[in-house]
Amino acid sequence: MQAFLRDATEFLPILLEGVRLTILVTIGSLILSTLLGLVWAIMRVSSIKLISRTSAGIINVIRGIPIIVQLFYIYFVMPDLGVSLTALQAAIIGLGIAYSAYQAENFRAGIEAIDKGQIEAAQSIGMGWWMTMRRVVLPQAVRLVLPPYGNTMIMMLKDSSQASTITVAELALQGKLIASSTFKNTSVFTLVALLYLVMSIPLILFVRHFEKKAGRP
Amino acid sequence: MIELRDIRKSYGSVEVLKGITASVEKGEVVCIIGPSGSGKSTILRCINGLESYNSGEILVEGQRVDRNAPSIVSIRTQVSMVFQRFNLFPHRTVLENVIEGPVFVKKEPRKEAIERARMLLAQVGLAEKADAHPPQLSGGQQQRVAIARALAMQPKAILFDEPTSALDPELVGEVLGVMRKLADDGMTMVVVTHEMGFAKEVADRVLFIDGGVIVEQGAAKDVLNDPKHARTQDFLRRVLHPL
Ligand SMILES: Nc1ncnc2c1ncn2[C@@H]1O[C@H](COP(=O)(O)OP(=O)(O)OP(=O)(O)O)[C@@H](O)[C@H]1O
Ligand SMILES: [Mg+2]
Repeated sequence: MQAFLRDATEFLPILLEGVRLTILVTIGSLILSTLLGLVWAIMRVSSIKLISRTSAGIINVIRGIPIIVQLFYIYFVMPDLGVSLTALQAAIIGLGIAYSAYQAENFRAGIEAIDKGQIEAAQSIGMGWWMTMRRVVLPQAVRLVLPPYGNTMIMMLKDSSQASTITVAELALQGKLIASSTFKNTSVFTLVALLYLVMSIPLILFVRHFEKKAGRP
Repeated sequence: MIELRDIRKSYGSVEVLKGITASVEKGEVVCIIGPSGSGKSTILRCINGLESYNSGEILVEGQRVDRNAPSIVSIRTQVSMVFQRFNLFPHRTVLENVIEGPVFVKKEPRKEAIERARMLLAQVGLAEKADAHPPQLSGGQQQRVAIARALAMQPKAILFDEPTSALDPELVGEVLGVMRKLADDGMTMVVVTHEMGFAKEVADRVLFIDGGVIVEQGAAKDVLNDPKHARTQDFLRRVLHPL
């Protein structure tokens, strides 16, 4: 235990640098995936077939390709097309796109769970499609969507470690680097695991809060 | 003010309206009665463009109803709808429900809209519930809010689709009372209902629909007290004496 504490004080500053990048990647890709997911979801529920099919197609393509391959594609292939990105940018964009498909399916489920009577009431007072979405459907869907959204956040936090495959020195990669240079595998990876857990706790509380809220009538 | 000319409507291969021709004059109260599945709701839904129709023509104040044309917005602000299941917006307060259309669709100044909304809520007996959320209200109260929301659009007519069918029996009266007051004030109303007492006392005219056609129509007293058609007689007997 003594040895562990000594290692901890020694390694924590470096690992915290990894934590910083982990949080950056997670928040960046969370925002991007939310915005994109919202776009896909709204397209998906459109009554215009071409739009909803396009969105379904995009979602399936994204879901059908492993996250790691999407990251490689954006980091290694985009420069050949004249778009070069830093590893951090590529990680945020790659994870953001990859997760937008899951966000979209969650948002769509929330939108479709809204009673058709709500949409008819909105139309009957003269609202158009977009105003119905904005003023009636989305505000109600948000409540349904939040608990699964929280779960997605937890998954994204953990999957941000995939950014290590394109050289982003986030928490997992920092840990691996320290471990391979000091051979203190136990201390290092215990610390890494603990740090991930600590970051998850607020998210877990978030989910619990909204699950309780959603459970109420 | 509302005219239907030979309206036909099919869902897939099933024709549910088989040539409906009818009209509603300004200030008139028309009740539509008929068995379940006969097409009563569909008629109302076609009038304010919640459904399309396959052929024929519906005119509201001379304007053709086409749910895909931009003019549908103006028609919907002229003809409001009250639903069987109220369909209030649960995430907004009673007052917000009532001003939603005036403020966001008709772009009225918020202050004026709120003033009128409070007046309308008082009119339906719910002035003190302005800040409640719909799920906190009884069914009868919710339906009265829905009527206030319809009135807030300052419509020329209101369509009611079985406004009391989802209510506990002891709450039916408060909603019918509000509707009767509206009728007395000269509102043009089309009411799909199973409340024969209301139809008898308030309606100017009654249409009896069965199988997607108007089987019989006329002055409320005539159709309800002295129906000519066997199907109307049979229907009324079953509604008035269920046992
Ligand atoms: N969206 C739909 N798709 C397919 N069929 C429908 C749809 N809506 C209604 N119908 C059918 O159309 C017919 C007429 O329905 P409508 O709702 O107008 O009847 P109604 O007279 O209002 O009956 P109720 O008294 O039960 O409300 C019914 O046979 C119904 O099953
Ligand atoms: Mg009906």
